[in-house]
Amino acid sequence: MKLVLLWTDALVWSLVVVLLIWAWVILRSPQIKKTWHTIFKSSIAMASSVVLLFYLFFTLLDSIHLRLALPDEAQKSQTVTYEAQMVSLLDLMFAHNIQHTERTYSAPFATVEYTSSIVVNKEGQTKQVYLPLKYVASDNGFWGKSLKALAVGVCVSLLLVLFHIWWREKRRFVEACKEIVQGKSALPWRTAYVTFMLLVITFIWLYMLSYSYHVLGTDKVGGDVLYQSFKSIRTGVLIGILTTLIMLPVAVILGVSAGLFGGWVDDVIQYLYTTLSSIPGVLLIAAGVLSMQVMMDNHPTWFETTLERSDLRLLFLIIILGITSWTSLCRLLRAETLKISQMEFVTAAKAFGVGKFTIIRRHIVPNLMHIILISVVLDFSGLVLAEAVLSYVGVGVDPTMHSWGNMINQARLEMAREPMVWWSLFSAFVFMFILVLAANLFSDRIQKVLDPRNNT
Amino acid sequence: MLAYIIKRILYAIPILIGVNLITFMLFFMVNSPDDMARAQLGAKQVTPELIQSWKEERGYDKPLFINSKEEGLSKVTHTLFVQESLKLFSFDFGFSDSNRDIGADIKVRMIPSLSIALPTFIIALITNISLALLLVLFRGSLLDTSMMVVAVMIMSISGLFYIIAGQVLFSKIWHWVPISGYESGWDGVKFILLPIFIGVFAGIGSGVRWYRSIFLEQINQDYVRTARAKGLSEIKVLFGHVLRNGMLPILTGVVVIIPSLFMGSLIMESFFGIPGLGSYTIDAINSQDFAIVKAMVFLGSVLYIVGLILTDISYTLFDPRVKL
Amino acid sequence: MSNILTVKNLSLSVGNEILLDGVSFEIKHGEIFALVGESGSGKSLTSLAIMQLLPEAIAVTSGNICLKKQSLFALSESKMQKVRGKSIAMIFQEPMSALNPVMTVGAQVAEVLQVHLGLKKEEMKERVLSLFKEVALKDPETRYHWYPHQLSGGQKQRVMIAIALACEPGLLIADEPTTALDVTIQAQVLQLLKTICKQRELSILFITHDMAVVSEMADRVAVMKEGKIVEQAVCKDFFTHPKHPYTQRLLADIKVKKVFHSEKKEHEPLLEVKNLKVYFPIKKGLFQRTVGIVKAVDDVSFSIGKGKTLALVGESGSGKSTIGKAILSLLEETEGMVRFEDQNLGTLNKKDLMPYRRKIQVVFQDPFSALNPRMTIANIIREGMLSLGVGPKGKVAQDKYIASLLLKVDLEASHMHRYPHEFSGGQRQRIGIARALAVEPELIICDEPTSALDVSVRTQVLALLEKLQVESGVSYLFITHDLSIVPMIADEVAVMKEGKIVEQGLVEDVMQDPKHPYTQRLLASAPKLMKEIP
Repeated sequence: MKLVLLWTDALVWSLVVVLLIWAWVILRSPQIKKTWHTIFKSSIAMASSVVLLFYLFFTLLDSIHLRLALPDEAQKSQTVTYEAQMVSLLDLMFAHNIQHTERTYSAPFATVEYTSSIVVNKEGQTKQVYLPLKYVASDNGFWGKSLKALAVGVCVSLLLVLFHIWWREKRRFVEACKEIVQGKSALPWRTAYVTFMLLVITFIWLYMLSYSYHVLGTDKVGGDVLYQSFKSIRTGVLIGILTTLIMLPVAVILGVSAGLFGGWVDDVIQYLYTTLSSIPGVLLIAAGVLSMQVMMDNHPTWFETTLERSDLRLLFLIIILGITSWTSLCRLLRAETLKISQMEFVTAAKAFGVGKFTIIRRHIVPNLMHIILISVVLDFSGLVLAEAVLSYVGVGVDPTMHSWGNMINQARLEMAREPMVWWSLFSAFVFMFILVLAANLFSDRIQKVLDPRNNT
Repeated sequence: MLAYIIKRILYAIPILIGVNLITFMLFFMVNSPDDMARAQLGAKQVTPELIQSWKEERGYDKPLFINSKEEGLSKVTHTLFVQESLKLFSFDFGFSDSNRDIGADIKVRMIPSLSIALPTFIIALITNISLALLLVLFRGSLLDTSMMVVAVMIMSISGLFYIIAGQVLFSKIWHWVPISGYESGWDGVKFILLPIFIGVFAGIGSGVRWYRSIFLEQINQDYVRTARAKGLSEIKVLFGHVLRNGMLPILTGVVVIIPSLFMGSLIMESFFGIPGLGSYTIDAINSQDFAIVKAMVFLGSVLYIVGLILTDISYTLFDPRVKL
Repeated sequence: MSNILTVKNLSLSVGNEILLDGVSFEIKHGEIFALVGESGSGKSLTSLAIMQLLPEAIAVTSGNICLKKQSLFALSESKMQKVRGKSIAMIFQEPMSALNPVMTVGAQVAEVLQVHLGLKKEEMKERVLSLFKEVALKDPETRYHWYPHQLSGGQKQRVMIAIALACEPGLLIADEPTTALDVTIQAQVLQLLKTICKQRELSILFITHDMAVVSEMADRVAVMKEGKIVEQAVCKDFFTHPKHPYTQRLLADIKVKKVFHSEKKEHEPLLEVKNLKVYFPIKKGLFQRTVGIVKAVDDVSFSIGKGKTLALVGESGSGKSTIGKAILSLLEETEGMVRFEDQNLGTLNKKDLMPYRRKIQVVFQDPFSALNPRMTIANIIREGMLSLGVGPKGKVAQDKYIASLLLKVDLEASHMHRYPHEFSGGQRQRIGIARALAVEPELIICDEPTSALDVSVRTQVLALLEKLQVESGVSYLFITHDLSIVPMIADEVAVMKEGKIVEQGLVEDVMQDPKHPYTQRLLASAPKLMKEIP
């Protein structure tokens, strides 16, 4: 077994490190800690952040890529050889689904194929029959299995919740439990735990049944839709977070310098963002992606596997999205910097002879943080939605990569069939809707708390 | 006013040059004329001579930015970049890979685009503003809060779902309108009804939220308190004072996109088979026809800049404090 | 005389917090009733409760308000709309924002007439014009079509008064109508209100924080503190025999106790400003050509001696704050020079300026924007020490030093780990002073340090400044628009108008025997109470 680090994996994990450092900063500063405490006082914020963390968990699970050692006689020759294909931890988890590829479409929980096939039976008669699925037994005992899965789900989630309470409140475990059940805790932990339990129970139910069924059906070539939906999480979340991560430093540095230094610096930066924002977004992205595609076609040696290829394409897409999306934040930050630099505390710092960069670090950037944060959470949901549109237009992620956009794109043709094949679209819809809704609700709350206009 | 417009147009030139530079770099730096020739001629029988003649045919044989063979000013002007930019500035878009006149195509396809985009824009504007005013009138009530929840849900769903669901419901199951297609004239109305409805509906969530927040911000201003102290009814306060002042921030967001309506909507047009500029662009992207993409990029930024100028002009009409 | 308005036992609360607690008073026909109190005392809430324009979150817990015999709480919203603007009219503090910016002022006055009287267009215009004449708005025909931004603050307030008077109400509520105006304009507006009150037999509920204005205007006075009325009296008795200790303290605070302590002795100048000019170009047109200049500071000279205070007095836009910035070397002077201890500051480069940055410090007007909200008090004070290398090295020693500074400005040492938003305006101003003191300056420029503060807090801050001067011999350049505090703090005074100093001299001389007509007008405009000072 060998650990492989894809480009996007590296970015994801560096993001995790950044988030941890940031959490550490929050915990150190009582003021910021208090703000976050206020944010999480809303039960909607609590619930939606649990949902977001749940998605993040699957993203991370799907961001640890391995190459398994070949289990054959190659071992004798001392050197270990590896499979050509990379797998992530999520792939390992759903290995049974990957292997159990059916012949063609099948509906959720179906035991036979969705379309009838013409079969010649022993007597030589041709007959239209619905062929049974290869990997689903005809009598599976749905209810029994569901009950068992639910029981397991309840136990596991309850254990995890209790463990978390114990971890937070070691001394007064029992009282803490009481408070939470009665909804009297300082933060709405009850909502968080209920959301968490619902998510875990649903997941365990889906997962356990996925051994005996294609829970969300199969697609045209018999691939399991549940597996595809889970794989798509990484694509969506990555585009949502990494794009902002890439554009953030650009937007902050340029916005602050334009606002603070003025003069020609301001002129150049304003020119830059007016020019970029004057190009219709989709077209700029399309032009960028097209050139990138050509470039990748011209350099086939850059990647070893198709996974690496699609990963590189994702990375480029993220960079292109980042380049096209920094302008609006930059404009906001410039205006706000102009405003702050007129404030008297900046004048006071100047009267102390404090240097420009110290003024930026100490006085300007901390007072811009709320705008940056609001725009990051606000952009996230927009970017997840944009991925679907871009994939549809043909300038999104690689067609071989699992993404909600690609699923919808396929579903468009499936909806025209008679009878309709609705489950791919349905699954993509549900998975996307939950993520985007959670993100929107969370960003609403953040805006409400952080936007100074709401505090007066 | 005139001086201002001239100034803005002069200011637009460097921006358009910048736009050209960006597209040019994406086009030629990554993908050299040699690569293009090879791709166009097919990989089998490419000879350097063939490539050369292909390039000469299209005028791609000049260097990109600096022509070292020439003297003086022509060192810069006799280059691919200047040559291509000048063509665009005179709105000469050239020919597509399939040898069609792009300029003529654009002219023909503008009308269908506009016939969807314009009604969608107007109806959406009116619906969103009236809904927002309604919510502001009943602010804090059950209606307000529940509508805001619905709005968040509406904006959490990808536009693609609305289109697919709309087509399935209205065309496939209920057979109210044809699923796709386009005709000019009154007969074509049945084709544009569904795209317009979906376009309006998909934007309602974010639209209503935005307008509502604008009006709510206005309603806390001092002049609104004065209006109430005058004895005006809540409705008169809303329409007479809040709406007119709210128009100012609305103008900034709305006027700028009006010229861009010509560009049509990519998704809508391609789903409904409308032969407009949006589907034109999408087809070009899918067939990797860079000449069309470049033309559309240029057109898009020209229209955006026109939108910016229109925004400023509309401000002088609505805001007595602004004088150009 | 019968009562036009009776407020009985009015209590308001938001959630569990009580905002108004059993407020009762009545206003008689044709009298001016003043409601006085510091910010947050609940006086504006009372007025909004009368108009029934309270924010939705605030609930009336008890009490009643009657207009003549009619209980206002019993009226439906639509009936109340007929009362507002017609029977009770209101004018507000901020003329800048209280008028609709996108409507002509004529239309805004006409709107009330239309709503309540349903007049025809021509009639309406005639009425508006006569109203404009009554409130002494010059050239009413032209002004009718103007927008608020084209009018000055005083003119806007006149338009507001015209709106209020349009339907001949019996009661006018004036909520701090002159607080945002310059002194000379304030005097005019107050005079106008008084005249109208007499001519129309109007009752006025006059809400203000300014005792001097009260003494000028009111027939009867009620003092509010923390949502309660603590004292109610006829104006004359009120000023001669205040009963409640809070009122006594308030009155004591505004009466200037200080005797002019300036000695006419030659002193060695610490700061010398000579022929200072600061011009700003006005750019316009296609190529941003400079089409004119604003002479913000136009040929100004003065000097400040060691341990002395010079007050720079002027109305808004007179260029007094620009002088402060020029002395701090925060903007380029166009001409002239600023000499500090015989060193011309204008010729120094950034590095050589550093020692002088330590010696000249500044305290600002707005206690809210003067402190970075993201920094602890300790770090705010430490910033200058670190940058200029003043005070002890090492965090522990510095914290000790900061603690001693906080004690010096009458705060507590434990405050240093808190953030600015946890403090009141007066406390923040003390923190601002401590920040300046941290680098042991020889001159502090106080740019309107008390104008955002309540009277009682203002007195405390001024006393603190004086105490510090006695202790450390620091000099002040005290920039203010408020003549009344000048004798409390300054040795010398310079009066500015439109970028120029029109009169300069010892406080005693200027205040008691002003030479320049502008100074005379300024002093004449100041409310009487101030002039009674010996």
